[in-house]
Amino acid sequence: MPEMLHRSTARFRLLAPLGLLPLLAGCNMVVLDPAGDVARQQGNLILISTGLMLLIIVPVMILTVVFAWRYRAANRQATYKPDWDHSTQLELVIWAAPLLIIICLGALTWVATHLLDPYRPLARTAPGQAIAAEVRPVEVQVVALDWKWLFIYPDQGIATVNELALPAHRPVRFRISASSVMNSFYIPALAGQIYAMPGMETKLHGVFNQTGQYTGFSANYSGWGFSDMRFAVKSLSDADFAKWVAATKAGGGTLDRTAYLKLEKPSEKVPAQRFAAVEPQLFDAIVNMCVEPGKMCMHDMMSIDAAGGAGIAGIHNVRRLSYDKYAARGTEPGYWGQRYVGALCSSPLMASADIPDAAPVDLAPLTGAGLPSPETPAAAVTAMIRRPAAASPQS
Amino acid sequence: MSTSTLAKPDEELSFYQLDEHPHPEGHSTMLGFWIYLMSDCLIFSILFACYAVLGGNYAAGPAPKDLFELPLVALNTAMLLISSITFGFAVLQMQQGKVRGTQIWLAVTALFGAAFLAIELYEFQHLIHIGATPQRSAFLSAFFTLVGTHGLHVTFGIVWLLTLMVQLGRHGLIPANKRRVMCLSMFWHFLDVVWIGVFTIVYLMGMLQ
Amino acid sequence: MTPQPAPETGPLLGKLSLDALPLHEPILVVTFIVVALGGLAVLWAITRYRLWGYLWKEWFTTVDHKRIGIMYMILGLIMFLRGFSDAIMMRLQQAMAFGGSEGYLPAHHYDQVFTAHGVIMIFFVAMPFITGLMNYIVPLQIGARDVSFPFLNNFSFWMTTAGAALCMISLFVGEFAQTGWLAYPPLSGLAYSPNVGVDYYIWSLQIAGVGTTLSGINMVVTMLKLRAPGMGLMKMPVFTWTSLCANILIVATFPVLTATLALLSLDRYVGTNFFTNDFGGSPMMYVNLIWIWGHPEVYILILPLFGVFSEVTSTFSGKKLFGYTSMVYATICITILSYLVWLHHFFTMGSGASVNSFFGITTMVISIPTGAKLFNWLFTMYRGRIRFELPMMWTVAFMLTFVVGGMTGVLLAVPPADFVLHNSLFLVAHFHNVIIGGVLFGLFAAINYWWPKAFGFRLDPFWGKVSFWCWVPGFWLAFMPLYILGLMGVTRRMRVFDDPSLQIWFVVAGFGAAVIAVGIAAMLIQFAVSIWRRDQLRDETGDPWEGRTLEWATSSPPPDYNFAFTPVIHDLDAWHDMKRRGHGRPVTGFRDIHMPSNTGAGVILAGISLVMGFALVWHIWWLVGVSFAALIGVAIAHTFNYKRDFDIPAATVAAVEDARTRRLAATGA
Repeated sequence: MPEMLHRSTARFRLLAPLGLLPLLAGCNMVVLDPAGDVARQQGNLILISTGLMLLIIVPVMILTVVFAWRYRAANRQATYKPDWDHSTQLELVIWAAPLLIIICLGALTWVATHLLDPYRPLARTAPGQAIAAEVRPVEVQVVALDWKWLFIYPDQGIATVNELALPAHRPVRFRISASSVMNSFYIPALAGQIYAMPGMETKLHGVFNQTGQYTGFSANYSGWGFSDMRFAVKSLSDADFAKWVAATKAGGGTLDRTAYLKLEKPSEKVPAQRFAAVEPQLFDAIVNMCVEPGKMCMHDMMSIDAAGGAGIAGIHNVRRLSYDKYAARGTEPGYWGQRYVGALCSSPLMASADIPDAAPVDLAPLTGAGLPSPETPAAAVTAMIRRPAAASPQS
Repeated sequence: MSTSTLAKPDEELSFYQLDEHPHPEGHSTMLGFWIYLMSDCLIFSILFACYAVLGGNYAAGPAPKDLFELPLVALNTAMLLISSITFGFAVLQMQQGKVRGTQIWLAVTALFGAAFLAIELYEFQHLIHIGATPQRSAFLSAFFTLVGTHGLHVTFGIVWLLTLMVQLGRHGLIPANKRRVMCLSMFWHFLDVVWIGVFTIVYLMGMLQ
Repeated sequence: MTPQPAPETGPLLGKLSLDALPLHEPILVVTFIVVALGGLAVLWAITRYRLWGYLWKEWFTTVDHKRIGIMYMILGLIMFLRGFSDAIMMRLQQAMAFGGSEGYLPAHHYDQVFTAHGVIMIFFVAMPFITGLMNYIVPLQIGARDVSFPFLNNFSFWMTTAGAALCMISLFVGEFAQTGWLAYPPLSGLAYSPNVGVDYYIWSLQIAGVGTTLSGINMVVTMLKLRAPGMGLMKMPVFTWTSLCANILIVATFPVLTATLALLSLDRYVGTNFFTNDFGGSPMMYVNLIWIWGHPEVYILILPLFGVFSEVTSTFSGKKLFGYTSMVYATICITILSYLVWLHHFFTMGSGASVNSFFGITTMVISIPTGAKLFNWLFTMYRGRIRFELPMMWTVAFMLTFVVGGMTGVLLAVPPADFVLHNSLFLVAHFHNVIIGGVLFGLFAAINYWWPKAFGFRLDPFWGKVSFWCWVPGFWLAFMPLYILGLMGVTRRMRVFDDPSLQIWFVVAGFGAAVIAVGIAAMLIQFAVSIWRRDQLRDETGDPWEGRTLEWATSSPPPDYNFAFTPVIHDLDAWHDMKRRGHGRPVTGFRDIHMPSNTGAGVILAGISLVMGFALVWHIWWLVGVSFAALIGVAIAHTFNYKRDFDIPAATVAAVEDARTRRLAATGA
């Protein structure tokens, strides 16, 4: 399927600029011409869907103009049938034509939505380049803060603010959350966006196919500093990435809970920062909204709730926050104060990092009949992934 | 499609109602009130949906079975159900043209409604007193809002009942007043139906969990 | 940018103090002075020419659906100017703020501007416009004398106005929300928006929402109960059909908005935890609920205009509407489907592939009935005799513009495409493409089409054409760059940019907005010139366009009672049918006509609601209590008024109708 997407859109990509103004030559349509395989497939999908719809849009526009001209009142030659208002055949056509287009587009949508689901681990880094089963994606934990981005590299044990470096040609797995309000994590050159929401974790997979400098930003308005919530994205070769990690480690600085709570306070136009060390499981504490000491973690709260709550005794386990998280946004705590549920006991955080994603699925077979759907069990899938990988050198 | 009508000779067709009988006054009111009730029902359905989604989020606080006292709620439900019956009696009296009887049964209905509200307020006061306030958890927020919105509706119903009793006293069973009694009757029974939902979903199912 | 601390709350004025007046913002001060001077001039003129009594008796307290319709249109027009000035401010800011420049608007102000622009354009421009249009036309099209609940109609109008007024007050007292037009929590929660902006948002929408819901109920009942004899559902004019569907949508969605905003206000005022981060609240719940209202809302806006295009195309092509039945079923399909697509507004929330594709595909399915409608208009033009008067020009412009908006809409419904286009300027261009190209062009068609009906003279075609030729290219100039910027990965609601290569596109878009501004000015000139030259543009026939539906059967403007005798319907296009078969307009035998009386209760109730909304915004609790008590008191007092109607004596009817007979004779009709 993606191969097909790719091949058939090559033509569209040639055609697309033709219709537009010459001005376009100078501008960088990153959405249609990105640097990552996922974004490229998404961009191609835009072109294919547009092409499909133009099949009906263009005739309609032409007919509108032609009818408007031909049947103008001044043209007495044109046929005039004031009582003609029904034709079963024509009605069938006018309902069927859009229906057919939508059936095609619907099928395309179903397949593409599953293939390009941001939660789905990648099965290839580029057309024809499947990912071997033993390759672990680079993991980056992303936190949208007011108004900057925090990136934690759990495997490297480092963290950065407003700077994201990634090795090219290697799949990347983002785990995304936010500290206060909703943002959207978007690097147009890499892959589509996904919301970053407080107390929740979203996931995104992507891969860069070339090295270079790109930008990422928040694509969901989040308050005063939103416009400057941008970060540099560096796609590096493996060697450069290793150098970058080493440099970051050498640079010093530790991101522990206290440092995080300071960092979390609202600030705008924050320059890039690096931390040589990160407190383990900081991200899990952030997702569970229990970085503040003594605050009950969401997962604890949820397991208590699942067991039927903490009863009457739990009512008063509500404490005031020890610092004013929102001062910079101009608020004294409201009438009800900034409150939170106190931890009942210090249970360890779940090491949610170890929970695996669903297994990757091969992409090619989806276009053929009788081939597995995205829900295929992992074992069968890994077997299939190897096949095209082994076959590709011959083809 | 016009051919069938064209087939009739044109002279037979009249294009205007020359001896018009005006629509009876208020002939659309019942339909309008029905549609209003359905829109109100949507508000309740949103509150129910919120309760369904958030009702399990106790925030490590109390759960329904820690808080609710079914006997009290059963008594409360009885009050509201009886008030619906007494409203039915009021409508029966109205149909027999008895102003006094209608007013008396409306008063009885208002009393039962007030008893319902009093018990509900007692329950709320008790919950807030022990600290199970609407602010404590999403579950309690959804609970107080759903039950409280129903209670507010009952309060307005009682205000309307009292107003209507005065109007019946002043003007008797004129068509306008009869229509108002019927509208209020629909409103009152509607609140009953909503309460049955509240009782089942919030209280009974809450205690079963 | 120094954030403002939350004001102290005092017993007498709540959070209100002199600090709430934006004296430090020169733009607002100048605006205030201009508005105040303009307002004073109007008030002075009304007093000078002793118009207060006339306005109060004939307009403010009227229960006549025609006058209420006109008042809705005036409200929409005034708010349109406000909303458009917000648009110009945004275009200017975005064209300036490059290369380290902060532009001229600080975040605090800019964020209010884009929020207010969205809120005002949807709630206080588009809604009053379509409500006004339906109010004016529907009773005439179904041969009724008024709506089912005339007092409620007046009350609805004033509640909408009160909501708009509260929203306007926020410009000069305090601030408006800085959250985007749907105010997603947690950003709109107390913790992140502690000041009064979001409260203004909530209460202006709640007050206006009461009006909208009641007006929706009113219109549905009117269409179901008051149709002239012989007009079965499948003989209703298409505009009435689309209005019926739009109003059903209003009744079935606005309560959702009311409930959702009520929960948000509980979070803000009482400290509940529906949409908070802590204590088990769920902000995602809000996003779902608000879009369950929000998506049908866009169909509430567009459906009546689909009806307008149907009427206009059929009238100006001199031809029956092609495929009436399929048009009706397409409308019903859209009405139902509009409930099944809300999630496409947040594919990026991570709902999973199957859920996303379900909502993506349901969204695409809507394009099938919509496409069928377009073809129906096309084949109505086919073998017609198309007169390119202004309404028809707007219709053709709509058909050419709207298809592009529809196409980009379907594109955005493909979830993987949405992942790269969501919240981008491409999205902004898309919805302006359908709302301007569909709703606004439709309104202009409708205004040009029905103006002669409402006032008895046509609109000046020259200035109308100037407006048309500014609006249509201006629209493309303003929004094509936004499509391109979206493909360049530029997101919406940005205040400053660092990539200088983008600037040229924003400049082009700003230029487009300026061309649109000329179009708006031309439209206002068109109104003024038409009123000035009304004697040359006069239409005595009541049927200037060779109309086909019942509203053209009566005089222009129609008498208070609309029809001296209720028409009897035998066919679709009832008036065309009557003309063709040579009906005789009855000139004798008039009877008394029963009509509803005017009442001031609507104005008073809405005025009290406005005071209460203001008090709630500023936490002036004593005033909340007093105004609430007054609200209940006045409402109850109103129910003690049983004399709500009167009879227009047969003699008066006869005099009015005789005058019309003479005028018709003079025109030779």
